[in-house]
Amino acid sequence: MYPEDRRYTKEHEWVRLEGDRGIVGITQYAQEQLGDVVFLELPEVGRKLSPGEGFGTVESVKAVSELYSPVAGEVVEVNSALAQKPEVVNSDPHGAAWMIKVKLADPAAVAGLMDARAYQAYVESEAK
Amino acid sequence: MAELRRTPLYAVHRESGAKMVAFGGWEMPVEYAGLIAEHLAVRKAAGLFDVSHMGEFEVSGTGALAFLQKVTANNVAKLGEGQAQYSALPLPNGAPVDDVIVYRRAADRFLLVVNAANLEKDWDWLRSQGPVGCELQDRSGDYALLALQGPNAQAILQPLTAIDLSQVAHYHFAEGTVDGHSVMVARTGYTGEDGFEIFVAPDHADPLWRRLIEAGRDRGLVPVGLGARDTLRLEAKMCLYGNDLDDTTTLAEAGLGWMVSLDPEKGEFVGRPVLEEQKKNGPPRKLVGFEVTGRGIARHGYPVHLGDAAVGTVTSGSYAPFLQKNIGLVYLPSGKAAPGTELEVEIRGKRVPARVVPTPFYKRPR
Repeated sequence: MYPEDRRYTKEHEWVRLEGDRGIVGITQYAQEQLGDVVFLELPEVGRKLSPGEGFGTVESVKAVSELYSPVAGEVVEVNSALAQKPEVVNSDPHGAAWMIKVKLADPAAVAGLMDARAYQAYVESEAK
Repeated sequence: MAELRRTPLYAVHRESGAKMVAFGGWEMPVEYAGLIAEHLAVRKAAGLFDVSHMGEFEVSGTGALAFLQKVTANNVAKLGEGQAQYSALPLPNGAPVDDVIVYRRAADRFLLVVNAANLEKDWDWLRSQGPVGCELQDRSGDYALLALQGPNAQAILQPLTAIDLSQVAHYHFAEGTVDGHSVMVARTGYTGEDGFEIFVAPDHADPLWRRLIEAGRDRGLVPVGLGARDTLRLEAKMCLYGNDLDDTTTLAEAGLGWMVSLDPEKGEFVGRPVLEEQKKNGPPRKLVGFEVTGRGIARHGYPVHLGDAAVGTVTSGSYAPFLQKNIGLVYLPSGKAAPGTELEVEIRGKRVPARVVPTPFYKRPR
């Protein structure tokens, strides 16, 4: 169920490589846990991120959740369409609801994150 | 952690795909298809809620009325049989032990519906007030409680009952049957919509729920969880005990002074001196509604600033799905609580502008 073209974190973010850039979003599991998403706070272009650093927040009607960068690098693009249509995070978390694109300090580091199968197993263990 | 209790509707919630959460010691459905869709269904069509976690106390006997006059804020003598009243159990400081609904089932027999999380505290408090000439019983185990709310509620319920619902006015109730199940049907609720709360024996709750869902499907009825219950009541500015009400907030401060009866017929009751003074001279602070005018969602506990002064914290705050605004409640000093007052809500360290607005935020069209 989780796309194999990307890597995942324990904080339920995904990162997909596109050249020297990483595209970052949250997973299907994360949006299910949150419920109806109504608000996002995303960083400015130019912000430098380290792995695990908070880069914004996503809020559903009931909950606030911090967003953590899976990678190191500089934010080069932000999905500003999400501010108007935060519900896309629920409907298409792995696609249209990408959040930021990061120019990666070390593209090879992405391979150290969980692949789809490992993430699936992790989510199943969390759900118990 | 203590084992969570389950209502008689637990199985049907699981079948319906509900997401379950702990609430007041119970495992309750927080949402089914999604909070926003459920919220809008109640505003536009109808929703069915399981509120069986609520507690029920019966007070009966020749001294029942006198006891309730002493321990509640409202004038119980005004209640006819078949009538209900929103009220509270005040402490000597004028703040509530709990907010309750009092139902008069007979001249000397009353039912009190209390919050699940406060049940033991309420029980201990009422016992400590020495019920004289009456019997106080915890009947919570004898009732499941379903709330059918929304503009289509009556049209859905009427074909299933011989009770003429058009004759059951707001805050009145009738006893009879719905689809063969013995019930007490009250025209009350916690959503700001028209609707009913249906008391039924626990063994009958599951079949009644299924029958209602089936009967209401064509009229847009959906099951609704506690998530939307909270956003619905907030839009209607109905207080939630533990958020907007507690044992430090007087009823007058909470905007519930209207329920405090100074009628000579009622006489003395716990908390009266404080409440009488605050009703006459105004309370030192007031619970007001605000809209966040900047970007962000105010939530329970966030600090609120008025100019340079920290004036309090958000008691309830949320995105409001029908109004599509970010709204909240806060206690402000009475002189600074007028609609239009500019505030700032501190959202994760950042001050975001907000403005006091008239409440309720939402009032249903009649």
